[in-house]
Amino acid sequence: MKQINIIAKNTFDKNHKIGCNECQASCQSACKTSCTVGNQSCVFQDVAVNKKESDRA
Amino acid sequence: MVHFFTFNHNNIEYYFIWDIESGSLFNVSNVAFLCAKNLYGTLSDRESDLFNKTPKDDIKFFSNEFKLLEQDGCLNSKQSVKSFKKNLNYVKALCLHICHDCNLNCDYCFAGGGKYNSPKDYMTFDVGKHAIDFLIENSGNIKNIEVDFFGGEPLMNFDVVKKITDYAKITAKNSNKNIYFTLTTNCLLLNEDKANYLNEEMDNVVLSIDGRKETHNAVRHSLNNKNAFDIILNNAKYFVKIRGNRKYYVRSTFTNKNLDFSNDVEFLRKEGFSQISVEPVVLPKNHKLAIQEKHIEKINNEYDNLANSYIQKREEGNWYNFFHFMIDLEKGPCISKRLTGCGAGVEYLAVSPSGDLYPCHQFVGKEKFKIGNVFDGINKSEIRESFANNTVLIKENCKNCPAKYFCGGGCASNSYNFTGSISNTYDIGCKMLVKRFENSLAISAIEKIASNS
Repeated sequence: MKQINIIAKNTFDKNHKIGCNECQASCQSACKTSCTVGNQSCVFQDVAVNKKESDRA
Repeated sequence: MVHFFTFNHNNIEYYFIWDIESGSLFNVSNVAFLCAKNLYGTLSDRESDLFNKTPKDDIKFFSNEFKLLEQDGCLNSKQSVKSFKKNLNYVKALCLHICHDCNLNCDYCFAGGGKYNSPKDYMTFDVGKHAIDFLIENSGNIKNIEVDFFGGEPLMNFDVVKKITDYAKITAKNSNKNIYFTLTTNCLLLNEDKANYLNEEMDNVVLSIDGRKETHNAVRHSLNNKNAFDIILNNAKYFVKIRGNRKYYVRSTFTNKNLDFSNDVEFLRKEGFSQISVEPVVLPKNHKLAIQEKHIEKINNEYDNLANSYIQKREEGNWYNFFHFMIDLEKGPCISKRLTGCGAGVEYLAVSPSGDLYPCHQFVGKEKFKIGNVFDGINKSEIRESFANNTVLIKENCKNCPAKYFCGGGCASNSYNFTGSISNTYDIGCKMLVKRFENSLAISAIEKIASNS
C-alpha cells in the first residue's frame, strides 16, 4: 500500500460556503433524536449519498 | 487539530488520520501513523515502544511529507471560523403534530404514549392552514420549504393530513415555493389506500419498526391487536414495494435490551428494506431501557460489527444504506450548516395540535419553550435568539471533537434534558456519535480504496 493515501482532502474548502439555507433541515430526515448534518449533501451538489451509485441521477 | 483512529476489516488493520478543521482524511501505514501521532497527538506506551524502533530515515521522511500536507492546509490546520450566529430572518420547516394520540404504547416514547403528557389532542384543518400560512409568510426568500407530519400517530388524523397537504401545495405554488412533505408513521394504519397516497404525496416517509419481532414486541405494545408486528411489517413492506427508488426510511430504536442491534439491522435488510436507520434510545439514566455509560463499550463494538457486515454486504451486491453510516466527504453541507446543526428553534419549529410553536418536536409541551402560535406568530424572540447563538463553536465539549462539523453540536433537547441547558452536550450520545463517525469515515475510505483497485 501507499504509505500515505489521501482519501479526501480539504473537503470543507470544496463545500459551498454561501449558507444559502435551501438544504433540508436535518431533523426532517430520518431520526429525530440523534441528527447529524454531515450525512447530508449540499442542495446544489446533491449526489444522493443514500443511493446506490448506479441509481443516482 | 488531528484525530487518529483505526478500523479492523477482514483482519486488516486500517490506520486513519483525520484533520478536523480542513476535513481531510488519510489512510496511512502503521509507521506513518506512529510518526504523525508523535507529531500531532499523544502516543500510547505501546505505540511509543514501536515508534522508538522506527528507523530515523523513516521518521525524517514522514516528517517532511507531513510538513508538505500542512503547507497544503490539510493537516494540523487551524480553525478558520471563530464565531457564528444563525440567520433569524426566516423559518423554512415545520413539524406539525397532527395528533397527540397513538395506537401503540411504546415503553421508551419521549412523547409519553404520543400524548406529550397532556390530554389527547388532534390538529384541526384550521390550525394546519394557519401553520402553512405562517410558514410561507416567514420563509422570506427561501425557496425550499418543508412540512413534516408527526404525532403521536399522524395516520389517526389522516383526513387532516390530506387537507393540509392539498392546501399547502396550492399555497406554496402561488407563493413560488417548493414544498416538501415528510410523514412518520408506525405503519399500523398504513393500508393500501393510505400507502398509495403517501407514496404519491410525500417526499420522504419514515416507517417505525424496531427490527426483529421479539425486539419490537418487547417495547412497542399494541393497544388492541396482538398481531400488530405482523401487520406493521406487511404494511411497511407493501409501502416499500410501491415506493421504488424514492425516499423512505425504516426507522428503529434500540435500547439496552437489544445491544446486539446489528441483528435487527440484518433482519430489516433481509425483509427487503434498503434504507435503514437504527437509533439509540435517549432516556433518563434511571429508566429501565436507558443507554448508560456501562453499555457504551458493547454498543461501540456492535457498531464495528455492523460496519464490517455493512461493507461486506454492499461489496457482495446486497446493497443497503444505514443512516448513521452515511457521509458525504466530497459534497457535504456548507460551513454554515455544519456550525448550526439541525436548525431547531430558528429555521425549524414544531406546531402542537392547538397551534402553539416550539423550537422542535422534542420541546412540545414544555411551557417555558413555547415561542408563540401560528395565529399570532412568534412572541418570545429571546428563545429563538438563544437557539440562534447555540452553535457548535460555543460548546466547550465540542472544541476538540473530531465529529464537530458533522454533528453540528448535537441535539439541543437532549442537552437540555440531561444538563438543564441547551448549550451543553449529551455525553453518552456523543460517545456513540464519535464511534459512528469514525466508522463512517472508515467505510467511505475502504469502499473508495476497493473501487480504485
